[in-house]
Amino acid sequence: MIDMEPLPMTEAADGAGRGPAGRIAGPAVERPRIAVRNLDFFYGRFQALHDISLAIPDRQVTAFIGPSGCGKSTLLRCFNRIYDLYPGQRAEGEIRLDGRNILDRGEDLNALRARVGMVFQKPTPFPMSIYDNIAFGVRLHERLSRAEMDERVEWALGKAALWDEVKDILRQSGNALSGGQQQRLCIARAIATRPEVLLLDEPASALDPISTLKIEELIYELKTDYTIAIVTHNMQQAARVSDYCGFLYMGRLVEYNETSIIFTNPACKQTEDYITGRFG
Amino acid sequence: MHIHTRRKLVNGFNLTVSALMTLLGLFFLAWLLWTLFARGIAYLSLDLFIADTPGPGDEGGGLRNAIVGSLLLTGFGVLVGAPLGILTGTYLAEFGRHAWLSRIVRFVNDVLLSAPSIVIGVFVYEIMVVSMGHFSGWAGAAALAIIVVPVVVRTSEDMMRLVPDHMREAAAALGAPQWRIVLQIVIRAALAGILTGVLLAIARIAGETAPLLFTALNNQFFSTDMNGPVANLPVMIFNFAMGPYEDWHDLAWAGALLITLAVLGLNVATRIFLKARK
Repeated sequence: MIDMEPLPMTEAADGAGRGPAGRIAGPAVERPRIAVRNLDFFYGRFQALHDISLAIPDRQVTAFIGPSGCGKSTLLRCFNRIYDLYPGQRAEGEIRLDGRNILDRGEDLNALRARVGMVFQKPTPFPMSIYDNIAFGVRLHERLSRAEMDERVEWALGKAALWDEVKDILRQSGNALSGGQQQRLCIARAIATRPEVLLLDEPASALDPISTLKIEELIYELKTDYTIAIVTHNMQQAARVSDYCGFLYMGRLVEYNETSIIFTNPACKQTEDYITGRFG
Repeated sequence: MHIHTRRKLVNGFNLTVSALMTLLGLFFLAWLLWTLFARGIAYLSLDLFIADTPGPGDEGGGLRNAIVGSLLLTGFGVLVGAPLGILTGTYLAEFGRHAWLSRIVRFVNDVLLSAPSIVIGVFVYEIMVVSMGHFSGWAGAAALAIIVVPVVVRTSEDMMRLVPDHMREAAAALGAPQWRIVLQIVIRAALAGILTGVLLAIARIAGETAPLLFTALNNQFFSTDMNGPVANLPVMIFNFAMGPYEDWHDLAWAGALLITLAVLGLNVATRIFLKARK
């Protein structure tokens, strides 16, 4: 349906992406919200993810880091099967969300995406008013009265720390907002449908430092209610906002552990090299 | 010669040539408009809109029947052609972007886009006028609709494709089915462009003569019966300009000016509309 270049990937020599110790077992996650097992992902014939297994804990922030083209965005795009929009992209393996494998053919994608929200790198306000931007997603899944919808819109904008800035201009176009406000609008839109999981694909990389700070504070607030998975280029950001962290390289999950361990005492030399800025 | 001096010279040369060419084009356009105004403005009177075209030897007369007829033909042509074009454009841009059918449709559409309008006139003559046994307004509207379709298909597809894919992704990520994404996000975002395409198509057919010669023909009398021949400005201009009477020539000039003003007005309206949307 839609044209898209495959995300750029570096061709990996066989096994080149593995850490010296091979694949590292992940941390013990007591209440996994999402459990990934032996996930492979393909852009046509090109394999972008190799045998990924990990567990994403409930109501924590899990970050994925790695150099450009390592597959971190691809991994995130598996959790709501957004890749399904594009012919030729496919995932194999298992992703269990509350016990059900969402990669099954029969999975209702629209229902899945109501439960797993996503915010993209570029702010994408729809060509409609701020109010309708929020209401659009809600109307897809629920029938609310006017008053209930008003309430929901205020709630979502409040959660995204945007209400005070836009409460008097709800009928204006979402395009009139600044970049940082637009991104918070997109976050509000994503949480307005009350998903269980929130996927953030480099949500702050197009924003200025102050907006970035606001988004990071927001992530911290939101994790009390949502399971959050975030992809970021920015290692300091990963260290600041996440509880768990996975390092990907050339389509493989090199290391996955609690963020404090990844950043202070990584098991793999590759992880350490990346984090200390020696490559990537 | 120093490289920067060379660049400056080349730049200056190109700028001068392109400016001159622009002026040349504008000169002919201005000349054309000037001639139209000079010859036609004197005959723009109330009579033009309330009297019908005169017969041979009659004094005075106006263009009422031709104006109303043109509005009818253009109106029905767009009413049929624009929805068809927008729907086809939507299919090409959204639902069947990579389908083999789309490639064929795009190719045929491009052929149709550059097909001489007289061919379309003859085609409709063959399938409608001959089979019905007489010229008719419906045949004229059909011929105009066939001209509208490819213009609108092309602009609709192009405009919808300008809507970035991340917009579609964002809507899909909320759990929106494809028809909703297309209807509520893509078409909405591209609406100004799509309507511009429709307005351009109207401007295009407003002056078409060849397809009407074989279909709606012309009518010296006032008639809104789309089943019979319908008067229209382009064919009226053609006939009167070729006619032997001075009165007829004057009316032809007035008609030409009228069409030009209408198309000009439509283009200006489009621009104002587009600006207001931003």
